[in-house]
Amino acid sequence: MSQTHVELRRGAYADSVTLLQVSRTVQGVEGVTAAQVAMATALNVEVLTGMGFAVPPEATANDMVVAVRLSDEGSLDAALAGVDRALTESTRRAPGPSEEAPPRTTAAALRRTGGDAVVLVSVPGPSAFVEAVDAVEAGCDVMVFSDNVPVEQEVRLKEAAAAQGLLVMGPDCGTAVVGGLGLGFANVVQPGPVGIVAASGTGAQQVLALLDHAGVGVTHALGVGGRDLSVEVGGLATREALRRLDADADVERILLVSKPPAPEVAAEITDFAASLGTPVSRALLGEVDLTAATEALLRELDREVPAWPVTGRAEPAPSGSRVRGLFVGGTLASEAALVLGERGDVTDFGDDAYTSGRAHPMIDPTLRLEHLARSAADPDVAVLLLDVVLGHGAEPDPAALLAPALASAGKPAVVTVVGSAADPQGLDGQVRALADAGAEVHLSNAGAARRALELLS
Amino acid sequence: MTSSTTRIVNVGADLLADALDAQAAEVTRVDWRPPMTGTEADLVAVAADPRRPAANADALARVLAVTATLVDVAPASELLGLEPGQFLHAGPPITWDRASGPLRGALMGGAALEGLVEDPEDAVPLFEAGTSVSLEPCHHRSAVGPMAGVVTPSMWLWVLEDPESGRRTYCSLNEGLGKVLRYGAYSPDVLTRLRWLGDVLGPLLQAAVRTVRDQQGPVDVTGILTQMLQMGDEAHNRNRAGTLMLLRDLSPAMVTSGYDAADVAEALRFVGGNDHFFLNLAMPACKLALDAARGIPGSTMVVAMARNGTDFGIQTAGTGDEWFTGPAQLADGLFLGDYGPEDANPDIGDSAITETAGIGGFAMATAPAIVRFVGGSVPDALATTRRMHEITLGENPRWSVPVLEFQGTPTGIDVTKVCRTGILPQINTGMAGRVAGVGQVGAGLVTPPAEIFPKALARLAELTR
Repeated sequence: MSQTHVELRRGAYADSVTLLQVSRTVQGVEGVTAAQVAMATALNVEVLTGMGFAVPPEATANDMVVAVRLSDEGSLDAALAGVDRALTESTRRAPGPSEEAPPRTTAAALRRTGGDAVVLVSVPGPSAFVEAVDAVEAGCDVMVFSDNVPVEQEVRLKEAAAAQGLLVMGPDCGTAVVGGLGLGFANVVQPGPVGIVAASGTGAQQVLALLDHAGVGVTHALGVGGRDLSVEVGGLATREALRRLDADADVERILLVSKPPAPEVAAEITDFAASLGTPVSRALLGEVDLTAATEALLRELDREVPAWPVTGRAEPAPSGSRVRGLFVGGTLASEAALVLGERGDVTDFGDDAYTSGRAHPMIDPTLRLEHLARSAADPDVAVLLLDVVLGHGAEPDPAALLAPALASAGKPAVVTVVGSAADPQGLDGQVRALADAGAEVHLSNAGAARRALELLS
Repeated sequence: MTSSTTRIVNVGADLLADALDAQAAEVTRVDWRPPMTGTEADLVAVAADPRRPAANADALARVLAVTATLVDVAPASELLGLEPGQFLHAGPPITWDRASGPLRGALMGGAALEGLVEDPEDAVPLFEAGTSVSLEPCHHRSAVGPMAGVVTPSMWLWVLEDPESGRRTYCSLNEGLGKVLRYGAYSPDVLTRLRWLGDVLGPLLQAAVRTVRDQQGPVDVTGILTQMLQMGDEAHNRNRAGTLMLLRDLSPAMVTSGYDAADVAEALRFVGGNDHFFLNLAMPACKLALDAARGIPGSTMVVAMARNGTDFGIQTAGTGDEWFTGPAQLADGLFLGDYGPEDANPDIGDSAITETAGIGGFAMATAPAIVRFVGGSVPDALATTRRMHEITLGENPRWSVPVLEFQGTPTGIDVTKVCRTGILPQINTGMAGRVAGVGQVGAGLVTPPAEIFPKALARLAELTR
């Protein structure tokens, strides 16, 4: 007989990625049919409730919920032991009392490194500003991966950084490549003549992947966060990033990538870019798609524009009238929405609304897979359009769960796989697994979106 | 940005640090945890305060710049203008009706010492009525008092001075251990000893301190602290080396003072036999340093931690003389004789000023000889000092810890760091008996009540708006 068990662990904390791994481990314990270990944020309580678990009303975002469904009552002890074991294993070995414990704040860590470091912040949004301020005060560049950071905090942080010539990447900056080192979600690319400034994480990744396929390397890709070119922030980080790349002798050409920016800020940045010694090309969504912008850049560099690869072939939709876009990449979602126009419905699972207290969908596929099943059953949906983003930080094998889901969806599916040849997941293997499941796989997201429209008729 | 071997500090998801490890980057991982409940918005407000970095740097620099010198010994009536019926006590302000057993016992003994009553027991109605007596924190008079910290007009006080500014702080003479007034004991032998401190020891020390001051320059108390920390004292629960160094500096002048040889011998025996004698110099030295940082708008540094046996209070550099209080906790440690946890009073005394300045519990690593006495092991002591570096603004280069490669002691408790990490200041302390008149029952470790740090933070945040 099936039984559920829900318990609240007050004051216990682990980050959302760790808890995802714990949940998966516990799901593998014999007698467990479902398991979710999560901090009790509003979104997670909703997910748990949707799974049929009754979360105690006193739960707060600072409490951990352990929820398991068992095939028989006798499995409870084993399941809870599994939770404890997974939680223990997820934390690094506790240091002995005479060893140095790890630092507890960014300030303490920087005191140990002597203030010579780039700081990568991915704590929950309400705490991100405080950690990032530590970095700026210590004179360090900082990348704020965290989302849900209020815009006034972003402005304050970037003003303080600008006064010292420091670079704040983010908040909500998923991707950067600094001197060949990938921070956050980043593709493995060769060094080369291009420098990228990106107010868009997956936009930068699309360009990195296309350039890699064209055999052109990148010196730095500096993410500045999706709001940097808004009126409120006014391009504070974009200016600093442009200045840095202009000063780097290895950078021959700079590409500015962004979702549609505020027009007045775009104009100011254009003027600023014109004052630099290094030519700056624009890949601003709304003006141009990322693929076309990359092609233009290649021509400016006198490089050959290759044919962007397509693997597998989807058949035209037998029924339904709309393209359903399910994206993990925000910029890829925006780009697809612009191409699809009124005939598409696009969801960005990386949006703040879906990531409060949950790991990013490039790490945790659960929410998108759930929506994929719903879309497959929706008679209005004719074609499925998805993205898979590879590189450091992303899921180790995204095709493993996505390919079977697409195979059983029973609808034509077009997938963009954004990745470079050297990415840890193996670009070829991922593409083949998805194509074998019946999907048509593109490297160009704009190309994929256009193809999805074609399949409608 | 041009270096090919960038160092990264990762705070947040381990997965992102793992990805950097996979790229052979040098990654320092922060063991981040959520801040104390309800402090997120206040932490942001204070972090965004543009005054804070400079204010805190200023506060720390001012504390480290102070040198405490021993310039005089004299009665409280003379030094502080204290009059009969005026009583100073440890910790934040309190009234008789809320006073704990040891504070009551010390006040009763103090009333008898001043001749307000014949028998200490008769003093209760005096304090209940409150018309002819008044209570005031030592801290409000530039003084600090260990345990109950009761100071009456006839008690003799050490006078410490910062030669740069001329500022002064004060503390009573240490009475020894066991049944003593500061632990709330008031039996006849306690009063007899107090009278000897006032009639014999005080004047003798005054003569010696003045002679040394005028002939060789005043004793450098901060310098003695530097040396004793290297000799196994943490200057709160162990002051043996400090006491003997003070005797070394004062005894020639005591011997040649012209006082009766038997009295000098008794004084030397008393001081030499009381391992805590120097504590009453360490405390005002710490207060002298910390007071230099009072009144710096925007600074989140703690300038006082003090307990009255009922409440634990803190003050910060950026919030004026306001106290932020919560219930004093029971210490965890070892008990004398047959005493047990049920006999102990909650935490009491101004002596946490030593931890506030970066010694005592913060310098545990330097005092392996006492770690068992305060309920710990040597590795715990090393870990404690290292942990305190997480909540402080800097290090004191003068006070260094040999076993930690001469790292300076953690100095300048930062309210924001306490709230961010949940790490509470570690205090080494004595334990007074719960019942008035009992005296000391043990010693151990204690922390402030956690809630006073969010309270102070909230006020600091309010002051930024």
